[in-house]
Amino acid sequence: MSSYNARRVRSDTPLLQREINGRPITYLDSASSSLPPRPVIEAMSRYYELRHANVHRGVYQTAVEATEVYEGARVATGRFIHAPKGDAEVVFTKNTTESFNLLAKSWGAANLRAGDVVLVTEMEHHANIVPWFQLRDQLGIEVRFVPVTDDFRLDLSDFDHLLDGVKLFSFTAASNVLGTRNPVKELTRAAHARGALVALDAAQSVGHQPMDVVDLDVDFVCFSAHKMLGPTGLGVFWTRAEILESMPPFLGGGGMIADVRLDGYVPANGPTRFEAGTPPIAETAGLTAAIRYLEGLGLENVERHERALTTDALARLWERFEGRVRVIGPATSDDRGGVLSLDVEGVHPHDVAQVLDQFGVCVRPGHHCAKPLMRRFHLAATARASFGPYSLSEDTDVLLEALESAVTMFA
Amino acid sequence: MANLDDLYREIILDHYRTPRNRGELPSPPAIRTEGYNPLCGDELVVYLDIRDGVLVDIKLTGHGCSISQASSSMMSAAVKGKSIDDVRAVIERFKQLMTVHAASLDDGADAPVADIHTMGELAALQGVVKFPVRIKCATLSWNTLSQGLDEGYGVQGTGSK
Repeated sequence: MSSYNARRVRSDTPLLQREINGRPITYLDSASSSLPPRPVIEAMSRYYELRHANVHRGVYQTAVEATEVYEGARVATGRFIHAPKGDAEVVFTKNTTESFNLLAKSWGAANLRAGDVVLVTEMEHHANIVPWFQLRDQLGIEVRFVPVTDDFRLDLSDFDHLLDGVKLFSFTAASNVLGTRNPVKELTRAAHARGALVALDAAQSVGHQPMDVVDLDVDFVCFSAHKMLGPTGLGVFWTRAEILESMPPFLGGGGMIADVRLDGYVPANGPTRFEAGTPPIAETAGLTAAIRYLEGLGLENVERHERALTTDALARLWERFEGRVRVIGPATSDDRGGVLSLDVEGVHPHDVAQVLDQFGVCVRPGHHCAKPLMRRFHLAATARASFGPYSLSEDTDVLLEALESAVTMFA
Repeated sequence: MANLDDLYREIILDHYRTPRNRGELPSPPAIRTEGYNPLCGDELVVYLDIRDGVLVDIKLTGHGCSISQASSSMMSAAVKGKSIDDVRAVIERFKQLMTVHAASLDDGADAPVADIHTMGELAALQGVVKFPVRIKCATLSWNTLSQGLDEGYGVQGTGSK
């Protein structure tokens, strides 16, 4: 039922019709943020043109419709990730980072005690490190790291020992720097066997491969809409209904209560308990459209396409530069996503990105909010190119041409 | 359209490839000041040897992009051996170079800075302002130097002769 053609995705994406410095844009920064196709943008416009009202309040027609848009996105999201109890398990947040803060500050603060261990990995984004350090400073928990090997994989040689005393293992499905995809099911099974719960950072995997929370058997999932062709300002937190029901409220205010009196309050039940204040509503219309669009493409097709692009790019980078451009990540596309962190010999990533911009090539220079990982490989920064469903091998052509120019300029 | 050649002048690339005044000075007596650019991860340490109101020696360590490295190298060459008052004057002129141009970005004009000809090699850095995100690369070492003078100069009188 799905038909996937990257060229058609490209023509569906308005921003990819732009020119930069007189050349067609070559967008290779989908790991930072993906570009919304027209149906996503139109869904948000249509919402504002026809239905906008605050949610969960009014009885008038548009208020009812706005609530349907918002709650409809919860249903679509539950379906998209195969949540066993659907919308009852989907909490909307601002982004992946807020989802992790919800996990740490609600579930973590209620369930962890001094001496308990939260296990993360050396390849985590700061979003899955800093909230745990904050909890450590507050409660005296221990934050422990699974190291990363020289070939950019998790070092599981001492994993059983690392799991001692672990209450939660929180790790990324795919590294935003290395592209490495971790063996989620295997790691989850091992952590569960030792009585730990498992949280998954799906920010870098959600728009690039199918996700089934039942099949993965994880306990918590965090991701952002804007990394799956949706809008910014909207994140998702998922956990099983029985865990969600046991979690205390996070942010306090309107919308998250059942009752407020002069002597206290009673929190609402279900996902709304964690959604204080007026939520992003138009963005949820965009998310629903993004989900439908991705379902139309078929995520297994997107995954296959991006793997082919990655295999091709890895081979051509090596062929053309023979080590002068080093890829900081697995050398083959096995268990790897379309993220290529580049270290260009003798050229600082900022200069690489600057030269690439002249060619209309968008890559991200910097530490990618993963400083412990950068330190592990003695790097201050990399220039990261990353693929999306609209990427084509022509993008790699321009990337290589521009990299050649950077290498020459600073030689 | 901003041209890359405006940014990567030959003299800038020369300072990047062969940076001047690299190294450390024993501290104390030298003033040691660290500068960071948290966005790009650039790190810089400036060592200042000040005697009798004169910047006798300056050394730099750290890592960063070509603009931050070249700017720090050019800065060290421009201020070494100068009186502190003169060093502050050079810092002031450089900061002006970075801001005057930024202000003129709006109308796209290449507004000339009045005393650009007095700045020697440093004038080569004027192209940076056409690339606003890179201004912080160029100013990192200057801010660190400025901070070193502010923090350390008072202490200096007691530390060395």
